[in-house]
Amino acid sequence: MTGPDDILVAEALTRRFDPRLTIGDRIAGALGAPVERRPLRAVTDVSFAIRRGETLGLVGESGCGKSTLGRMVAGILPQTSGRVTLDGKPVMARGRKTTTRIQTVFQDPFASLNPRRRIGETIAEGPIAHGIVTRAGAPAFIAEWLARVGLDPAVAQRFPHQFSGGQRQRVAIARALAMRPDLLVCDEPVASLDVSIQAQILNLFLELRQALGLTCLFISHDLSVVRHVADRVAIMYLGRIVEVGPAARIHAAPRHPYARALLDSVPKLRLDATSVTFRPIAGELPSPLAPPAGCAFHPRCPRASDLCRRERPDLVAGEDGAALACHHPEPAA
Amino acid sequence: MRALKAYLRSPAALIGSVILLAVLVMGLGAAWFYPSDPLGLAGRPLQWPGQNPRFPLGTDPSGRDIAAQIVHGARISLLIGFVATSIAVVIGIAIGSLSGFYGGLVDTVLMRVTEAFQTLPNFLLLLVLVAVFGSTIQTVTIAIGIVSWPPVARLTRAEFMTLRTRDFVQACRVQGLGDAHLILREVLPNALPPVIVYASVVMAVAILLESALAFLQLSDPNVPSWGNLIGLGRNVLRTEWYVSAIPGLAILLTILGVSLVGQGLNDALNPRLASGR
Repeated sequence: MTGPDDILVAEALTRRFDPRLTIGDRIAGALGAPVERRPLRAVTDVSFAIRRGETLGLVGESGCGKSTLGRMVAGILPQTSGRVTLDGKPVMARGRKTTTRIQTVFQDPFASLNPRRRIGETIAEGPIAHGIVTRAGAPAFIAEWLARVGLDPAVAQRFPHQFSGGQRQRVAIARALAMRPDLLVCDEPVASLDVSIQAQILNLFLELRQALGLTCLFISHDLSVVRHVADRVAIMYLGRIVEVGPAARIHAAPRHPYARALLDSVPKLRLDATSVTFRPIAGELPSPLAPPAGCAFHPRCPRASDLCRRERPDLVAGEDGAALACHHPEPAA
Repeated sequence: MRALKAYLRSPAALIGSVILLAVLVMGLGAAWFYPSDPLGLAGRPLQWPGQNPRFPLGTDPSGRDIAAQIVHGARISLLIGFVATSIAVVIGIAIGSLSGFYGGLVDTVLMRVTEAFQTLPNFLLLLVLVAVFGSTIQTVTIAIGIVSWPPVARLTRAEFMTLRTRDFVQACRVQGLGDAHLILREVLPNALPPVIVYASVVMAVAILLESALAFLQLSDPNVPSWGNLIGLGRNVLRTEWYVSAIPGLAILLTILGVSLVGQGLNDALNPRLASGR
């Protein structure tokens, strides 16, 4: 799946969370009793690549591991195994981040800005620390970035509580982009905003991406949001990627039954049809503490067979950066 | 500004501030009110308050003016309170922030040290320190600071542990900012309000600890502290009880003032109660 244009490559990325043993369990373990210790597999064996200038959308239900994956790519969370490389160099070494060329926009703009610092400081402190701008040049730098994200440069001296959610997210975007990143990880950047504000932020994002030639990993639970911003889409289910493909094709003709189910679960208002249709996905996301045997999606899958209950399908690469992990995919369009 | 307004709206905070201000004026103006040495012989010993117009609060068993000792004692008590509290807060924040920020082994080691201090009764440790290092006013103040930091460290640690995983701290990590920046500029300012509130408790306890030491005549006898005066009155407690009661009242009022200010600060700085968020 890797090619010469790839800027970010994730290989066999896995993240396990081991539950901390209680003192009672530890004593029991020391005395020789069998102690049950079930690790939570948030992300299992995920490989993908992002090409320079491309936006990869990462879609899945809450709890499927997409944020964990995003945090590993950004170097916030160390991986259990596997590796992430940016231009061939590992993003993390010995549990610490090695690069500032990957920046993040977080989901909740109320949590991602320090309530006790002026937003100008928040935007400029990283660039000053890394010599992108001098302390003397900071005011002009801050003004430039505020203007770029559509805010009045005069607001640099204000505190975050004086802004609305959408304005705060603009500040957060300015902070991330001011570091001149090669890759921007957006972790559900619009999920906590009002629908009317979501469109504004998405448009801002598209404008900036065009102007700056950004490469992005765009995480969302909303396939319709991702379709607008992503070139390619990766669908994630219970810690694994199940389908990758061009955004338009995935939206028009998904091949994995889970991708199909995700699409059908989005309420659609068709003016030409007599009925408003949407089908929720049957059942709940299984616990990552005890994933089902075989294909993780089989308990909810309308196409599941005995093979799916026994054997987990591998992610098989197709043409044009597409990939699919399913025994019984929907026919290609 | 918003915090200041909230503070001034609280009647408890206002009353506390007035009391504390009065004590402060007393302490700062001591040399002006009573220019002569408050520990010098002033008149006949054990005169009751009001008995002699020269001594509105009477004289102690050694014939020294109680009013002069109260006024000069305000300076000593406040000084001990402020300095000991500063020592406790600095040690507590340093240990608590490192412990809460790094976690793991650092946390384990520092918290075991803190617990070692906490398992010893405060006052007992204070007695040992004073017995070993002597009872000048400097050593007493430092010793009080040293026995008072563990709760501050625990509180700071708890704040750091919740704050260090917040997104704004993660964002700064992603920007490659150093640990010193994260601790001092990102986390500490957000962890400070509850610590400031708790500092008022530390200050009240510091004043009480010094009084208790002085009552046992283990504090510095060469300074006119309120505790010393209570200690002097101990021998005549049944007949001339005012010698102990007057400085006792002064301590009571000062601690009431400090506690009320602390409560006012808590109301003003507590984000869940502050309006407009």
